[in-house]
Amino acid sequence: MDDSTYEYRIVRDFAYSALIWLILGLTAGLWIAFEMFDPALNLTPWLSFGRVRVVHTSILTFGFALSAIFATAYYMLQRLTRASLPFPRLARGHLYLFNVTMLLAAATLMAGMNSSREYAELEWPLDILVLIFWGMFAVNAFAILIRRREKQMYISIWYLISMTVSIALLYVVNNLEIPVTPFKSYSVYAGAADANVQWWYGHNIIGFIFTMPILAMFYYFLPKSTGLPIYSHRLSIVSFWSLIFAYLWTGAHHLILTPLPEWIQTVALAFSIFLIAPSWGVVINGYYTLKGNGEQIRSNHLAKFFIFGVTFYALQTLQGPLQGLRTVNAFFHYSDWVIGHVHMGAMGWVTMIISGSFYYMIPKITGKELYSVRLANVHFWLILAGQLALTIVMWVGGILQGAMLKATNPDGSLTYSFLDTLNALYPYYQLRFAAGAVYYTGILLFVWNIIRTVSRKPAATGA
Amino acid sequence: MEISSKPAIFAILSGLVVLIGTVVTMFVPLFMRSTQPVSRYVKPYTSVELEGRDIYIREGCNNCHTQTVRPLMTEVLRYGTYSKSEEFAYDRPFLWGSRRIGPDLNRVGGKYPDAWHYSHLQRPRNVSGNSIMPPFGWLAANRLDTTNTFRKTVIQGFGYSRRQVTEQIAGDRARVTDPGYESKAMRDRVTPPECLTGLTEMDALVAYIQKLGRDVKSLEVAQ
Repeated sequence: MDDSTYEYRIVRDFAYSALIWLILGLTAGLWIAFEMFDPALNLTPWLSFGRVRVVHTSILTFGFALSAIFATAYYMLQRLTRASLPFPRLARGHLYLFNVTMLLAAATLMAGMNSSREYAELEWPLDILVLIFWGMFAVNAFAILIRRREKQMYISIWYLISMTVSIALLYVVNNLEIPVTPFKSYSVYAGAADANVQWWYGHNIIGFIFTMPILAMFYYFLPKSTGLPIYSHRLSIVSFWSLIFAYLWTGAHHLILTPLPEWIQTVALAFSIFLIAPSWGVVINGYYTLKGNGEQIRSNHLAKFFIFGVTFYALQTLQGPLQGLRTVNAFFHYSDWVIGHVHMGAMGWVTMIISGSFYYMIPKITGKELYSVRLANVHFWLILAGQLALTIVMWVGGILQGAMLKATNPDGSLTYSFLDTLNALYPYYQLRFAAGAVYYTGILLFVWNIIRTVSRKPAATGA
Repeated sequence: MEISSKPAIFAILSGLVVLIGTVVTMFVPLFMRSTQPVSRYVKPYTSVELEGRDIYIREGCNNCHTQTVRPLMTEVLRYGTYSKSEEFAYDRPFLWGSRRIGPDLNRVGGKYPDAWHYSHLQRPRNVSGNSIMPPFGWLAANRLDTTNTFRKTVIQGFGYSRRQVTEQIAGDRARVTDPGYESKAMRDRVTPPECLTGLTEMDALVAYIQKLGRDVKSLEVAQ
């Protein structure tokens, strides 16, 4: 099939959306990181921590990650099926509706219209818009699979199918709410049952945004970038099915030692430990793909993003289940340790894989060479350093706070007040802001590199 | 069976696979008594407490404050007796939270007088050292909007009549504007003069905070 029949403009425009939401979401992140050691930045109600924090998480999860997923999904689906996009105008509508929804999301969250459910804070009219654009994507995705000219569906497509089905289920069930006004609603569930539904959602929405589609990118762009086939197809199959099976059992590991019935917590813990196996199946597949070609990590700027990215996935999927264990959880839960954990996944794994994928994909769809490999390398080292510094600072801060909150005097009374622990954390919060700023600089270089690549004169006229 | 060449079957099968864990750990518990026990000691929120709770949600307080005390020695020492599921029968949505940038609030009701909360909300560092909590003084300049309060209590299933809701609101208004109100001096100081005679958003938030854990504390007294 001729390259020109693929619909690449939608890929490009979703990639642009991703970069814009990435910058906005990280700006919100830096803002709240500053507020955490100097409350003076809570200038107006719109900019107070409790509101901007959900803007940070929502905009990066839904604005940035989802648009990067849509960009790469529209690209991978066309390439892997060797078919052109069935409904380009529907995809365009998807792009517009998606971005309008995200703008409204940021505005309403800053206005305090917030249903309080983590990663599902949007009020009900926006939930409906989310489901509509999700349906628009699903129509194109399944239509292209029906029209495909390649019999076998590659592993990346499996992950995309699973994502499309599961997110619809998760989003609908968790957002069942009764409207009071267009800007306010109440959950249909109450108390412990509500908590259980919410964390079934909260855990899995992260799984089906920050894991499954990112794995789809990993399985597609790693072989493309290195010219090496995936090590084991069988391992891909086994890890796919066991991953999506076990994932849905584990939401309650976010509710360890809460009033949720204990058996649900214990089942969640058992499946969480099991999840290490399929997660590491992917990691092994990634490492062995480069077997005998390890020098590519140095010589190929793309390989570096994928191999370091999957390394953070390995650490993340080991750390996560261990944090669930009751004794570990008793110490670390509710502390900055968990913030470090989340940021390793988001800044290490997710952003590195998306960066590598964009660096491969954008030159392909524009027919232009990457503006600067050198800049891509600087971008890599800055986000690596920023992420490592941020997560390590948060881990150490979490250990410190956990230990201080648990400390008792010989007579059995508490050694430290809550405020004592907060005072001890100030330097860590300042360091975290600095680490975030380093990371932010790396991301600015990434965006600059992509902009310069796209705006280059076509190679034919080139220097 | 070559499933990787059949997209529709693949989609259905992958949907079924994710449904197994969903049904066992999420759907079935919805219908078990253990996830929603009730206790005659746990009372629904009053109209103004419910409005205060909505302000707590609007301002994202749950981003920094949890509302579950875990059954661990140091937590019970720090906050009070650990949380039980029947306490949350009227929590729609639940507000357990996931992060303690500030302390847990599930037992905070009655721990401090209203005056402390007015001062703390206006500027946390007034009473709480080097706190990083944002100031919420502007809540005292916002009159409490009670247009939808009755509808809210209906949706929440609290079973109040329209008259009861009106009476509850009037009662709270009378309480905080009464010259003999114990925290009058502090309320007067943080509230703009034009808002002094009616209920403000800060009044409602303080009422909600004072409700947290109060039923459990009265249960302990009763025993």
